[in-house]
Amino acid sequence: MSAPLLSISGLTRRFGGLVAVDGVALEVRPGEIVGLLGPNGSGKTTVLNLISGALKSDGGSIQLRGRALEKLPAYRIAREGVARTFQLVRVLGSMTCKENVIAGLAFGPKSRWGEEASLAAHQLLVRVGLASRANVMTSELTYIDQKRLELARALAMQPELLLLDEWLAGLNPTELRDGIELIRSLRAEGRTILMVEHVMDAIRSLCDRCYVMNAGRKIAEGTPKDVLADPEVIRAYLGDADA
Amino acid sequence: MSARNLVIVLALAGLVALLALVPSVANGYQLSLAINIMNYTVLATAWTLFSGPTRYVSLATVAFFGIGAYTVAVLGEVLAWPLVLLIAFVIGFMLSLLVGLSTLRLSGVYFVIFTFGLAELVRQLVTWYEVNVTRTLGRYVFVDITTEQIYWQLLALAVAVFISGWLIQRSKLGLALRVIGDDEAVARHVGINTTMAKVVLFAFSASFMTLAGAVMAPRWTYIDPAIAFNPVVSFQVLIMALLGGVHRLYGPVFGVIPLALLFEFLLAKFPNHFSIMVGIAFLLIVYAIPRGIVGLIEGAQLSLHRLKGAKA
Repeated sequence: MSAPLLSISGLTRRFGGLVAVDGVALEVRPGEIVGLLGPNGSGKTTVLNLISGALKSDGGSIQLRGRALEKLPAYRIAREGVARTFQLVRVLGSMTCKENVIAGLAFGPKSRWGEEASLAAHQLLVRVGLASRANVMTSELTYIDQKRLELARALAMQPELLLLDEWLAGLNPTELRDGIELIRSLRAEGRTILMVEHVMDAIRSLCDRCYVMNAGRKIAEGTPKDVLADPEVIRAYLGDADA
Repeated sequence: MSARNLVIVLALAGLVALLALVPSVANGYQLSLAINIMNYTVLATAWTLFSGPTRYVSLATVAFFGIGAYTVAVLGEVLAWPLVLLIAFVIGFMLSLLVGLSTLRLSGVYFVIFTFGLAELVRQLVTWYEVNVTRTLGRYVFVDITTEQIYWQLLALAVAVFISGWLIQRSKLGLALRVIGDDEAVARHVGINTTMAKVVLFAFSASFMTLAGAVMAPRWTYIDPAIAFNPVVSFQVLIMALLGGVHRLYGPVFGVIPLALLFEFLLAKFPNHFSIMVGIAFLLIVYAIPRGIVGLIEGAQLSLHRLKGAKA
């Protein structure tokens, strides 16, 4: 078994009296797609925010290839090789699609600029299916296209670890199929992905392994098939059978 | 360089040459008006350099402008003129770095209020120092600089602001600031050191303002804190930049010229109601043309373009 790319242990974050993330441990190995599941409010997005540095942890360690991330500011973590998308899609509204992608190319660990960035941006737009929209303002994009663009911007950073926060949420069935295909194609490239997701079809077809959280704690881990059959997971989602 | 760019560069160089000839044809009043316009062009463009892309509205313009003027008042008779300007620049740069590092973590309305407070604080500090240490509130500025020389220096400063602004826009720093202006969280997560980017540009912008104050100081033979740190200057710069349009580097010029003329007219005709008139002008501009004159023109061009496209 290869050494983990990301390894987290004892991760804790409190908001006032609420412990949103409570001693969570998890690992992501190179080339894996790992799902992070759980009911609403279970702390999944908080975990992503802690890894990417949007929030500071109250305890525990986060290591990427053995380098400690938990004390670094968000921009340094990005340069260490962690890219992310946001639960509520965030594109840069005053710019064209191409400029959005260049924003991802210019400041990352393998910074590209000028003609080189322009070419790379075009390739990435092709990659996510937005080739024809390169010079369109992002404000004119549909929801799925904004999500594609956000993904292109994250990929532009050539991340070692890609964090997807409900990237497939809010899509209609056709879009969902396209979205799943797109993520599957990332696996073929050897990308390592940690994804928070609710869409069970996507989890079953994409994830190698899953972690399930409830009320800030990790309650299960394993293959999608195993964890989704786990009685405690079912209880977390649906409540007790006799409730 | 493409032929089109060459034409633009030559045209701009010609424009600067023409502007440099203004003192030889203008009478005293016209020259003073031209100086006024040139001064506000420097201030409003320097303001836009930082506030345009980041959308951090600063009311500290006059703090830096006044510090420049005071540097001249204190050192103008002691040191050679270029050295005085250099010192003003360094003071402005250092102070803005300090201010930037301590305040640019603030955003939105907190930043606006802080910058306004900063300008007042500097004014009060200078007043306190003058009253308690030098024991005279005002200072005389006796330096051997002619009105024409002031105009030419401002013109040179304006050219410098535009060239630096143009270079910054084309640089990674320029893109970083636009990303910050759109979404600061995204900026951090694509690897932009947001604090550094903002502080560097704030310092650049403030240094130009300080230099403008230094160059303008000989215009007044007498200055005191109320003149050098007059908060109306900060508001006028803001309103000029907004009227012109802050999403283009050349935008503010389109606000500076009409408003400088308007303020001149209002001051002459309604000296007692000047502040009210400026306030009304401010409201009208923000309500009627939120994207500025340049925004209006571009909007019209776009609709015209679409109209043609629809017909074709």
